[in-house]
Amino acid sequence: MGTIDDHADVRTGDKGDTLILAVLARSEEAYQVLERALSPEAIATHYALPLSGPVVKRSLPGLNALVFTLPGALGGGVTGSPVLDGHGKALSYHLLSLPLSTPSRSDQ
Amino acid sequence: MSPHPMNRTVRLGAGAGFAGDRIDPAVELARSADLDYLVFEVLGERTIAGANARRLTGSDHGYDPLLRRRLEATLPTCRQHGTTIVTNGGAADPSAAGALAVEIARAGGFTGTRVGVITGDDVLDAVRRVDPELWETGTPLSAETDDLVSANAYIGAAPVTEALAEGADIVIAGRLADPALYLGPLAHEHGWDLDGDPVLLGQGTMVGHLLECAGQLTGGYFADPLTKPVPDLARLGFPFADVESDGAAVFGKPAGSGGRLDRRTVTEQLLYEVNDPYAYITPDVTADFSGAQLEQTGPDRVRVTGGTGRARPDELKVTLGFRGGWLGEGQISYAGPRARERAELAAEIVRTRLADVHGLDPDAVLVELVGAGAAFRGLAGQQDPVEVRLRVAARVDDRIMADAVGWEVESLYTTGPAGGGGARRHVQEVLAIRSCTLPRELVRPHVSIEEA
Repeated sequence: MGTIDDHADVRTGDKGDTLILAVLARSEEAYQVLERALSPEAIATHYALPLSGPVVKRSLPGLNALVFTLPGALGGGVTGSPVLDGHGKALSYHLLSLPLSTPSRSDQ
Repeated sequence: MSPHPMNRTVRLGAGAGFAGDRIDPAVELARSADLDYLVFEVLGERTIAGANARRLTGSDHGYDPLLRRRLEATLPTCRQHGTTIVTNGGAADPSAAGALAVEIARAGGFTGTRVGVITGDDVLDAVRRVDPELWETGTPLSAETDDLVSANAYIGAAPVTEALAEGADIVIAGRLADPALYLGPLAHEHGWDLDGDPVLLGQGTMVGHLLECAGQLTGGYFADPLTKPVPDLARLGFPFADVESDGAAVFGKPAGSGGRLDRRTVTEQLLYEVNDPYAYITPDVTADFSGAQLEQTGPDRVRVTGGTGRARPDELKVTLGFRGGWLGEGQISYAGPRARERAELAAEIVRTRLADVHGLDPDAVLVELVGAGAAFRGLAGQQDPVEVRLRVAARVDDRIMADAVGWEVESLYTTGPAGGGGARRHVQEVLAIRSCTLPRELVRPHVSIEEA
């Protein structure tokens, strides 16, 4: 099933030091797959950054999209962190390398 | 009450989506798109604090650094076409920005131009009196040790409608909420009650949200040559929207301009920087974008309906700016065999010397290996890069220590690993941003009209 890159587009934004990650499935079928595969835990594991709170997932079936918030991921944000990309704009593309595994029999 | 017959479509153009945005797409819109309104959104959390800091130090005026160029480039065309300009480019000093607009209008021969200036977003006195709890720390403002330099409340669309009702041709505000720059003209033109139907205000806010980042709706921050190709980004067209009296909007861009506008570009921008699409909090409404319906009605035309909303919050968000010390940084490149190993050795040398020679706390020093996974903050596995650019940065209390960071990187030229080249160093003052809320009744926007 490849990686997220084969099924979705991504865009990040920032509010303070929260990273907001939008995942835009390229079809309704892809949305169903991503909705199941991308739990808040899966995102937190892939974005193994020091967070100040839990990853929150919001599903938008009407738009075939998911929005995740990662509080504290930006470590102070654009004005608080000395990091080059304080907004975390480049961080969206990190999601694209996440492999999508075919659901195993034991899951069903 | 509406100044125009009902069912008239109002055309809003997005002339800028951030302080550093291009100017020529706004000129193109003003000339060719027959706009009713041209909106320049140029403030972010850090821009308003930075503008306040510049004003306080007397190093510069407190309004948008490009405001003069934006107005000089578009005001004559807008006046000729009857297009009203709305902007939050007043930043930390809307009154001075208003005087600038009057000067530019007079210089262009447009005497009689009415400039509406909105003040009252500066709530420094109120936050000092109320001593609210800060979101980031959970402690009262008075517990902060950093020097507070600015406090600006996000104000809503009401003062925009007031200025327009008084016949303003240009409306200049400071920390007006981004979507309110667009909701204000819609409420004025369509006679929407800003204390009324939250469904209508939610749809109008959705229209404003889609336009507020300008080129991000038409292919900017979207393009990927393989998965999402966008034609002619060098001449990216900025969007406009034709908005009906029920809030339904058809988005488009100038004929012949670069970029693309379709359901994919619109959906990405709809969810951009929205932490909760079911409850997007603005001063005017708690908007809900989750039921948005997008329909491609033609080439580069998308009709958007289905935005809704609930009651607006009782408290207004306030952005606080504090003097946060200094940021010092230095960069140097290594290429070829063992580039990464040499960059790592260089980083270790700088780290050691900043601690031993300059007395800087090693925990304050940040090392990034650009080209070897820095943008992903070390999350992704790395192969052998062709080249690595070492970046060392630290936030420190004083300018001399900040300067030492770049100095120690630059001095690697003659004292560090082999083949280090292209060193650069930079120092800047840092403004730390925090947030709180204030009761709405403590924020009192004021509108004044100046005439050129």
